[in-house]
Amino acid sequence: MSVTINVNGKPMQVEPGLTVEGLLTLLNVKREYTAVAVNREITSKATYATVTLSEGDKVEIVRPMGGG
Amino acid sequence: MWDTNLVLGGKEFTSRLIVGTGKYSSMDVMRDAHEASGTEIITVAVRRVSLPSGESILDYIDTKRYTLLPNTAGCYSADEAVRTCYLAREAGLGEMVKLEVIGDQRTLFPDVIGLLEATRTLAREGFTVMPYTNDDPIMAKKLQDAGAACVMPLGAPIGSGLGIRNPYNIKIILESVTVPVIVDAGVGTASDAAIAMELGCDGVLMNTAIAGAQDAVSMAKAMKLAVEAGRLAYKSGRIGKKLYATASSPLEGLPDWTS
Repeated sequence: MSVTINVNGKPMQVEPGLTVEGLLTLLNVKREYTAVAVNREITSKATYATVTLSEGDKVEIVRPMGGG
Repeated sequence: MWDTNLVLGGKEFTSRLIVGTGKYSSMDVMRDAHEASGTEIITVAVRRVSLPSGESILDYIDTKRYTLLPNTAGCYSADEAVRTCYLAREAGLGEMVKLEVIGDQRTLFPDVIGLLEATRTLAREGFTVMPYTNDDPIMAKKLQDAGAACVMPLGAPIGSGLGIRNPYNIKIILESVTVPVIVDAGVGTASDAAIAMELGCDGVLMNTAIAGAQDAVSMAKAMKLAVEAGRLAYKSGRIGKKLYATASSPLEGLPDWTS
């Protein structure tokens, strides 16, 4: 059994109960200079290990890119 | 030292040139251009991580040396811009933000109503807000009153390279506000940057003029010199403009060649 979440605009099947921390590890995302929002709410780094992802959650993972 | 420092959000900067990280031909060129520009503040965009996650732009920016200035480019509402600033802060990019609320895709002119609203919200939340605005003195004053740490009027549309299209408005903005005035957008070449500084602006922000030049590193050096030259000329107090000539050499003591 798995749940479908949306990560940076793309659907992704994950295990139920997966945390933000677990997702970042799964995707091999560096923590430094990275921020996460779940359903438009910003997730503070301190809560990565406790926030779990549910069916239909929209996750945005951002970091600095080139810009002016 | 012949000049005072540029102060933004309580932080002092010697360089008055702010540069970007977009559109460089390579990361190595970008790093060398930053070095050549003498800048102390570098703008970055905040975007989705590309997955799988690879190289980061910050591998090419010494964050101990440069202050990062996250922007809200691509935001078309105050709400999006404010959320982007919160994301940037959570990402550890600091509380100094280049605030953009864009009104139109073709011109990239600011939506000043959304900009004012976002400035008010972010200033209240403790951000050092640097709003990209149009060259309107009334709006500049409103942004200052809303808590902006500086105002950043455009010289011309973003990436256009058209230079300072309305120097008279920039001049009135300088008289209208007490916060620093930084020309943001429109600079095409060194003389444009020098003109901004000669008008009395406190700094210039640019990206495309350097990143898009055939030799970005030498253009970065040219911009550094232009900003310094313009600033020095402004501080020196230029002569007035006159229609007719005034001789530089004395009129007395000319030899008499008449026979």
